[in-house]
Amino acid sequence: MYGKGIMRGLSVTLKHFFQTYVDDLRYGWRKYSPKEDNFEMRQGMAAQGAFTVQYPDEKLAVPERFRFVPFLVVNEDDHPEAPGKDWCTSCGICAKVCPPQCIWIVRSEDPNTGRPIPEPEAFFIDIDICMNCGFCAEFCPFDAIKMDHDYELASYDRTTSHIHDKDHLSKPTSYWNRIAPTRAAEEAEARGGWEHIDVIKERKKAEKAAAKAAKK
Amino acid sequence: MADLNLNELHDTEFPLPEQMHGNVAITSLSKLYNWSRRSSMWPLLFGLACCAIEMIGTAASRFDFSRFGMEVMRATPRQSDLMIVSGTVTKKMVVPIVRLYNQMPEPKYVMAMGACASGGGPFKEGYNVVSGIDKYLPVDVYVPGCPPTPQALLHGLITLQKKIDGQSLANLDDVPWYGVGPSEPTPIPILGPDIIDPRQMDTIRRQAELAALGQPIGLRALPDVPVYKPKPKKAVAAAAVVEEVVVDEEDAARVMELRQAALARKRAYDASKS
Amino acid sequence: MTDQVLPEKVETTDVDSAIAYLKDKFPSAVSDDTRDGYSGVIVDKNKLVDVARAIRDELGYNYLSSATAVDYHTLGEPDSDMEMVYHAYPITGGGALVFKAQTPRDNPEIPSLVNVWPGADFQEREAYDLMGIRFPGHPNLKRILMWEGFLGHPLRKDWKEAYYEEDHKPFSSRWPSGNVWRAEEKNAYGKNVRYPDDFDLSRLNDVSEESLYEGLGLGVDVQAIEGTMHTDRLVVNMGPHHPSTHGVFRMVITLDGETIDTLEPVMGYLHRNHEKIGERNTYLHNMPFTDRLDYLSSMGNNLGYALAVEQLMALGPRWNPPSYRAEVIRVLMAELTRIVNHLWSIGFLLNDLGAFFTPMLYANNEREKILDFFEGVAGSRLMCNYVRFGGVFQDIPERIHSVQNMVNDRVRDFDSMKFLTELVSERLPRFLDEYEYYLSENEIIKARCINVGVLPPDEAVGYSAAGPLLRGSGIPYDVRRADPYSIYPELDFDIPVGERGDIYDRYTVRIREMRESLRILRQLLPRLEATKGESVAGTNAHTPRVPVGESYGRVENPKGELGFYVVSAGDAKGTQNPWRYHVRAPSFINLTPLGRMSHKQKVADVVTVLGSIDIVLGETDR
Repeated sequence: MYGKGIMRGLSVTLKHFFQTYVDDLRYGWRKYSPKEDNFEMRQGMAAQGAFTVQYPDEKLAVPERFRFVPFLVVNEDDHPEAPGKDWCTSCGICAKVCPPQCIWIVRSEDPNTGRPIPEPEAFFIDIDICMNCGFCAEFCPFDAIKMDHDYELASYDRTTSHIHDKDHLSKPTSYWNRIAPTRAAEEAEARGGWEHIDVIKERKKAEKAAAKAAKK
Repeated sequence: MADLNLNELHDTEFPLPEQMHGNVAITSLSKLYNWSRRSSMWPLLFGLACCAIEMIGTAASRFDFSRFGMEVMRATPRQSDLMIVSGTVTKKMVVPIVRLYNQMPEPKYVMAMGACASGGGPFKEGYNVVSGIDKYLPVDVYVPGCPPTPQALLHGLITLQKKIDGQSLANLDDVPWYGVGPSEPTPIPILGPDIIDPRQMDTIRRQAELAALGQPIGLRALPDVPVYKPKPKKAVAAAAVVEEVVVDEEDAARVMELRQAALARKRAYDASKS
Repeated sequence: MTDQVLPEKVETTDVDSAIAYLKDKFPSAVSDDTRDGYSGVIVDKNKLVDVARAIRDELGYNYLSSATAVDYHTLGEPDSDMEMVYHAYPITGGGALVFKAQTPRDNPEIPSLVNVWPGADFQEREAYDLMGIRFPGHPNLKRILMWEGFLGHPLRKDWKEAYYEEDHKPFSSRWPSGNVWRAEEKNAYGKNVRYPDDFDLSRLNDVSEESLYEGLGLGVDVQAIEGTMHTDRLVVNMGPHHPSTHGVFRMVITLDGETIDTLEPVMGYLHRNHEKIGERNTYLHNMPFTDRLDYLSSMGNNLGYALAVEQLMALGPRWNPPSYRAEVIRVLMAELTRIVNHLWSIGFLLNDLGAFFTPMLYANNEREKILDFFEGVAGSRLMCNYVRFGGVFQDIPERIHSVQNMVNDRVRDFDSMKFLTELVSERLPRFLDEYEYYLSENEIIKARCINVGVLPPDEAVGYSAAGPLLRGSGIPYDVRRADPYSIYPELDFDIPVGERGDIYDRYTVRIREMRESLRILRQLLPRLEATKGESVAGTNAHTPRVPVGESYGRVENPKGELGFYVVSAGDAKGTQNPWRYHVRAPSFINLTPLGRMSHKQKVADVVTVLGSIDIVLGETDR
């Protein structure tokens, strides 16, 4: 029969239309209630009907590996030994692997000897160039630069706010541990502790030395 | 319409009886005007590159920007209020873009979506890439990201709505279309040996005069602004580039001024944040 | 399933005996390419057309996959330092016959092969545009990506752009004293522009449009047009801003009434200099840039590029091929990408047909599910940047869970294998059933698609069409079978082909390809379970050593054959960057037969024909 195919199409559209209400009936008011843990159900594999994320009121939390512009990991402000110390040693690997070359690093130098100090004096990322590829975080040997999860960066003026400097980029270790718990734990295991790798190495060295001294 | 919240519009000192709350709104004309403008912002159906895919993703059912009154994406500039520049702007494409912008009726807004539209993005160094649409058009909101996720774009749209909310009918800077006479169209770039912005003819002429005197055209040395501290020149190759360059005194002073001003602005911005 | 239709029944010879045959037949014109790491033959350019005919007709290498130019400035011999490289394949499957023609750099000229392979048309124009090689015999040798009147040929090694900083990345200004600046600040105009030193504003003339029409034989003499165009012959520009051109693509159409007389694709509106930037990048830097080629199937692009570079790296010492699990994950991602892409392309094909957004929205719902998986595994929805040389970025996580970070964030947490299994075995098949149920028999779709935009099989091969466009014409050519890579040889799947070569066939080929992809995915799931725990990491060096040589890596991407031609100069220039990095973009070459397919069609059908080719402008213009 001519027209059967068109009718089929319309019936499917109609089915989808009613599916929304069937879904509403099935879950009732719980569907949009902020209190119920219904989000996974609406965004999951079994979801039928409308599955719109009501953005400002409910946000789709991003998975752990999500990458947006990078940030620098620094010690906590209440860290007992070195509060707020950068994890970055300004080795420059992130600047080298950055495909669009959006990372600028000024290495610190000792004013007296002129020898480099493992700490960046300045660190810039031009987020108008950054392509969110995540190479800097992937190849950083010190776990000092990570990809952020904060995507709400819209602004009215790019000349003042789109070059992120060190103050803007620095975020405490606890932030990284919170947004990527699994990854942070894996990294800590690989390093041998939750501290910066240099601190751990120093400590191990000191322990070894102490053990040696004790042996003697 | 669930969207129509009268309390939201209410904006006056005038005392309103308790029982009339939610039914009657006494508001300023600006607020009403802004509210209606921002609640029916129709974007131009116009995709450039990768970001356009995320823009369509935002328009589709999962993120659905029709919740903000933007459901009608118009293919013609004559019916649209918002141009979402979604992707890399090339020199060849900027000509039609400027033309489209000129064809949009006022009030019109431009959103630079993604790193490329804001400042060239990863392709900035390319020979055919315009490093930021703001070189040619006034941009209202920048949305960083490469590409911005649909949620980031929604945040940008909400930011734009907030900007509109803050405008005032009494201020002609906010509503220039109520000024005297028609607004000036943006001059359309010309595709010569490279793209030519008609607004820069004077600079080009001056540079051409310099070139006639045997100096290379178009390059400019960066004045050494001691942002952090003067460094011993280790960046060999960068120095090599600078060597070939003519230092135009006047220009250098101007750039210095601009950089200092930008720095001051940035410091003020940082201070205001903290 | 139709029978295999082949344009000519020729015995195909293997590559070595083919080369021997050529050297025997053209003893003075054909010689081996003896450079280290190179293969194939070098053909005297004066004999090129004859040799090409012999390669096509006598040897059966009738499918010209790629034709590209290389500039060996300061690297090669002075009198032969520009080179055209051609890759021809037998359409029945097998390896490539690579042949090259060399020409001096100061007066580069190579005879055109358009008469042998019409598919060389756009590729030669691209070589002319970007490298400045002239092709005598080419009917319309105009710039294709840049505009007419642009200064210079930008892919030449000595051409420098306005924001030029250094020849190779990483730039030394970034570290250790990287005081930030914007490239604009170094330019007197504050923009990415550069004018010739003898620039004369008084003679400024925008010739880009005029010469375009001239090239189409339309002329610019308005009076002449007024004199001769009596009837309703009309020139219509569709695009670059048009809702159904899938991006910033433009077609100049001459209409006779409502019937299309000629159609000329105009592109370059998204030409963002992928290859120039790619030659400055290190090998690793290019990986995220390939995401932005065909931005709907970034995983496939990653794979193709990785294969090309791995071919070269395999020549060097200390090369570890990817583990079996890494290969399984690569294929898994490539097939998921194929589904994502076809869902999108069919949705938009129907958009073009007038089914405005409904099928596309339904398809997008499923696509979002796959994107969720990509986001959880690779970190980004679109720009996955997942494949590494010799492996992949990271293994698929046990659980994909999101973390509360912002205000109002709602968390999801699912088992990744369970998610994948449900997706592959339940949700997507169910969706495809429904999709076919309500679309395939639709009378409007049939009326608009059947026998519209027909491309006969022999022409499809001649035009170097690839992917569903080629298979829709009845040629069962799929790189996964014809020149297998990764673990495809051990997987069981069919190559769907069409019968008539019209839009409807391309549509059904895509639907059936999605089903075949699901079949492959179902075979991959047990392999994923079995290889759990195996390492998938690639080489951990961020500047891997790549030996001298050339390589051409190709994959069957959803849009067709995606090839990467990479020339490595090794350490010859002191850095580890590709000397030449060329992308054989299926979207670009598939546009060559667009004019042929649209001829004598109605103007309303042209958007559908374009939609059925399924182009993405990021790849077309690069």
